[in-house]
Amino acid sequence: MTGLLGPEEWQAVALSLRVAFWATLLSLPPGIAVAVALARGRFPGRQLLNVLVHLPLVLPPVVTGYLLLLTFGRRGPAGAFLADTFGIVLAFRWTGAALAAAIMGFPLMVRAIRLAVEAVDSRLEEASATLGASPLRVFLTVTLPLILPGVLAGAILSFAKAMGEFGATITFVSNIPGETQTLPSAIYAFLQVPGGESAALRLVLISIAIAMLALVASEYLSRAVARRIGAV
Amino acid sequence: MSLSVAIRHSFGNVTVDAAFDAPEGVTALFGRSGAGKTTVANAVAGLLRPQSGRIVLQGRVLLDSGRGVNLPPHHRRIGYVFQEGRLFPHLSVRGNLAYPGRFAGRRPPAAEFDRVVGMLGIGDLLDRQPQRLSGGEKQRVAIGRALLSAPEALLMDEPLAALDAARKEEILPYLEALRDEARIPILYVSHAMDEVARLATTLVLMSGGRVLRAGPAAELLADPELAPMIGLRDAGALLSGRLTRHHPDGLSEVAVSGGPLFLPHVAADPGTALRIRIEAQDIILSRNRPEGLSALNILPATVTAVHSGEGPGVMIQLRTGDEMLLARLTRRSAEALALVPGTPCHAVVKSVAVARGNVGRAKND
Repeated sequence: MTGLLGPEEWQAVALSLRVAFWATLLSLPPGIAVAVALARGRFPGRQLLNVLVHLPLVLPPVVTGYLLLLTFGRRGPAGAFLADTFGIVLAFRWTGAALAAAIMGFPLMVRAIRLAVEAVDSRLEEASATLGASPLRVFLTVTLPLILPGVLAGAILSFAKAMGEFGATITFVSNIPGETQTLPSAIYAFLQVPGGESAALRLVLISIAIAMLALVASEYLSRAVARRIGAV
Repeated sequence: MSLSVAIRHSFGNVTVDAAFDAPEGVTALFGRSGAGKTTVANAVAGLLRPQSGRIVLQGRVLLDSGRGVNLPPHHRRIGYVFQEGRLFPHLSVRGNLAYPGRFAGRRPPAAEFDRVVGMLGIGDLLDRQPQRLSGGEKQRVAIGRALLSAPEALLMDEPLAALDAARKEEILPYLEALRDEARIPILYVSHAMDEVARLATTLVLMSGGRVLRAGPAAELLADPELAPMIGLRDAGALLSGRLTRHHPDGLSEVAVSGGPLFLPHVAADPGTALRIRIEAQDIILSRNRPEGLSALNILPATVTAVHSGEGPGVMIQLRTGDEMLLARLTRRSAEALALVPGTPCHAVVKSVAVARGNVGRAKND
């Protein structure tokens, strides 16, 4: 692999994978929680939550990135708090890229999981309760297994979005090779310099390969899960 | 061991206001669709919170709206068998049966698993997925799963309604065995009189959200005044008897208190206690003992009540031995025979008129 790609290109691929992995993994628990709340919850502010979750889908990514910078930047309220209390710095770090990717992918993840939650036959959950399961156990032993295909689909979508995120990332964490230069940022950077087309092209091919692999894997996984829970 | 229910709940323009006691054995909640049966069942299970009410199971208060007590379903210990089975699609049959055992206090003894599997005849299905089961198999697994949750009462909401006659007949013997062996109240919701007549020891007649009558099933089913509510075509009383012998011509002889009864072959051993439903429309009455008649069963009887309604028919209640029968005749016939309470007569029942589904097992004393 290293023969095929220059060190800088390789770095961008590895960084993108790392950013997408953590963005997806860490947004799964809140993603499931928000999807369940939106699908089942009857609470004031549900519509507002729905709008907030979907906002990154319709806002220009640059706006989302700038808002992140205002909030999580060194001087932003959340950024200052995280830095002073936990020593966590997001701005211009790969962790910030992961946060940007997670937020951009969040609506996609929530939509997929929410659809799955809405498709769950609540009568099965009732049956589970009459058999002795507390609400938490009902969720863990019936709801969660039944929405697993949706959770997987949501995770794959979020991962794919994270791999491709560009606008919010470059605004929030810039384009620092080795730290925040993800695949799309690297392609963009190579296209800015004379003679960079061939490197850009190699990264484009890598992008296509990763995307196709993810799609095939998701198809295979969701089929396997659907078979296991008897949806086919 | 009993379940006492009193609830009141309004939704839309329907009000369910029902109170009754369910002792050990099968208490059938019988009524047309929309009579409020399922509302009562869901309130008992805790799936619906009635606006007011009190539900007590074996002295344990499950619901008392006056005191703000409302146990959640998982603390009620009521096994619920739903009409559609509701097996978990992501678990095998074995996984479904073992499911309640995952929860504290619900784990049945190991021998209980084998006993229930044996009683319901589902040993060969354990490794299958629910979607590969027939309707009848699904219901048996659902019954087994409810039994394995260590319940103190069982609820069955039309468990046979989605099944055809053959599948129904496949499950009824298991339910009879359950009624006679389980020492817990079983609340059985149904709008099918044939199932109720087969299973019920106590009957709760519901209509328009209210309880019309509640009491021992044999007594209520022999009440001519209730026949219009049960449905004239479905009316019929219960006789209890004991199988005495099988005849070589394919008939089985059953001793009931009014005399011997010859029925098409009954698949049971001599000595088995049976309950037989004789439908009111299948009885012919004769003042004199008829001769030269093809019907084999002629029970001496005495008219105890005559109930005429709006239509051209009358419902006659008869005593035969120490049990009651119901006969449905035209008003014209009743007048021609001058049937009034006290009139002696003979009740004629064709053997083949007694459908196989109308002969069930009863508890052996």
